Amino acid sequence: MTGPLLAEFPDPATLIAAARSLKVRSEFGLLDAFTPFPVEELEQIIPARRSGIRATMLLAGFSTAAFAFALQWYSAVVGYPINSGGRPLNSWPVFLLVPFEVGIFAAALAGFIALLWSTGLPQLHNPLFDVVGFERASQDHYFLLACGENDETTRELRHLLRTTGATRVTEVRAP
Amino acid sequence: MNAVLEPNAAAPAPWVSSYRASDVEITQAVTAPLFARPGKFWWIALLVSAPFVAWLVAALVWVFYEGIGVWGVNSTVVWGVAIADYVWWIGIGNAGTLISAMLLLTRQRWRASINRFAEAMTLFAVAIAGLMPIVHLGRPIYAYWLAPYPNTMSLWPQWRSALVWDFWAIISYLLFSILFWYVSLIPDLATMRDRTTSRTGQLLYGAFALGWSGSVRHWRALRILHTTMAALGVPLVCSVHSIVGLDFAASLMPGWQESIFPPYFVVGAMYSGFAMVVVLALAIRWGFGLQAIITGRHFDVIGRVLLMSSIVMGYSYATEWFMGWYGGARSDRSLVAFEFTGTYAPLFWALLSCNVILPQALWFPRVRRSFAALFAIAIAINVGMWLERILIVWNTLSHGYMPSLWRVFHFTIWDLAFVIAPLGFFAFLFLIFVRLIPAISMFDMRELAHRENVA
Repeated sequence: MTGPLLAEFPDPATLIAAARSLKVRSEFGLLDAFTPFPVEELEQIIPARRSGIRATMLLAGFSTAAFAFALQWYSAVVGYPINSGGRPLNSWPVFLLVPFEVGIFAAALAGFIALLWSTGLPQLHNPLFDVVGFERASQDHYFLLACGENDETTRELRHLLRTTGATRVTEVRAP
Repeated sequence: MNAVLEPNAAAPAPWVSSYRASDVEITQAVTAPLFARPGKFWWIALLVSAPFVAWLVAALVWVFYEGIGVWGVNSTVVWGVAIADYVWWIGIGNAGTLISAMLLLTRQRWRASINRFAEAMTLFAVAIAGLMPIVHLGRPIYAYWLAPYPNTMSLWPQWRSALVWDFWAIISYLLFSILFWYVSLIPDLATMRDRTTSRTGQLLYGAFALGWSGSVRHWRALRILHTTMAALGVPLVCSVHSIVGLDFAASLMPGWQESIFPPYFVVGAMYSGFAMVVVLALAIRWGFGLQAIITGRHFDVIGRVLLMSSIVMGYSYATEWFMGWYGGARSDRSLVAFEFTGTYAPLFWALLSCNVILPQALWFPRVRRSFAALFAIAIAINVGMWLERILIVWNTLSHGYMPSLWRVFHFTIWDLAFVIAPLGFFAFLFLIFVRLIPAISMFDMRELAHRENVA
């Protein structure tokens, strides 16, 4: 069994066209694409799981804000009640500032953790990094990773990739 | 150094001033200065800024050792340079996140060339701003009392105190800004990892790039996170500077009890921050030969933002004077008269000239397109905004309710240290930054070039 094929394209338009022509063929699996800048069209072509980044941020933001408010309420009303100019102990309007600030930061931090979680980063080694020329994926070249069901379809895939404009097709084998 | 991208003002694309800006050329233009040996001017700038760092450290040590009595603060003007500096620096720090977040949300393409270094500016400015209230405490060793932590004294922070609000605002904003900046930096760190030839560079850039491969899934997750953070960042920025405004407005002093303070502080912050962006953009453009990436049109739009802000500032000042008179309180009317004619009147007139009158020149397209004029106006705005911050403190505190308490602030040499030395420190940090990290967001530029059909 051969591994997935990594095809190199000179520009995003050719890559998109190639991905579209692979998409309609059920015997090929479109695995991933690698580009030096975000190409929105690819997101519709390459299937992706729903990421829970926004939901995580929402949850973390609100729960941290609630915690911060509860902490203030407890410390001002129960833990360390202080009569400051006759103000009520539970001066809730001024207690809203801290929850707002820390809530937003907590949302951002949770979002970052969710990003790492959903993308599998940090990943200090990736078999693709061994492919000659793959370092251009972060600079000026466009890559498509696809696989076939078996050796025969993989051969067909290689041919198809060639005809759709790939300048180089490499087989990726996990070490 | 020659520009890798050949700048051409007549090029059809609005935000890239070149007929052709391919991925290779953009990457080359941004990364080449990082791999080349630092130029003569960089070394000169670093050598000039280094003594200021030493000066700041010496000033900090001396204030910590001797106490804040070395400043010109007295029993009436209890706030001085440290608080004014804090407000000014955090204002500078405002523009980075605003440029990055607000312009991202409103899909302004021109942000691509300036967002990275504007955000770096934010980080350094907010860090310096955070230093100031701690120094001002007088007992910096107890700064951690602002945080709620389990302690044997069963003591809790006073949540109704503006100082505690500042603590949370600064720390949340600083950490948020670091994260926001780092998230959009990861793809460019991967580019650096793939281009550098030195082992140390590969290790460090590689570790910080987290194994980024530019996969569609990575980009998708990054976009979701980045836009969501931008949406959170805008209210955060506004709230941070509003809290700074509340530090004043929550008090009972004449001239400070104004509901206009929070929005007026936010606009003032944007104003000084954008002016600083102009200065840094001109420096980076010239130093790294990025004439094709940071174009005359960028300065033109920033000039418009500055003009708009200066009008809002003028309106805010006028509102202050009007409300001082219209409210009818004797102390408020007396304060307005003191602003115009009192001890600090020359500084007040300088403030009005720098912030309101001079920037009106930006109505003329010729001025907005002249880099020398824009640079001069940006510096004047920064000076004017600093004067505004210091006068907000001085005027009110020198001219409160009780005439027997009217005292004037006198600058000491250590006050001066806290005005000037942080500027050198900021420059020092910025010079280090531009040598280590791509000052222009490369992936944003590539996307821009493809959208503008010049790639």
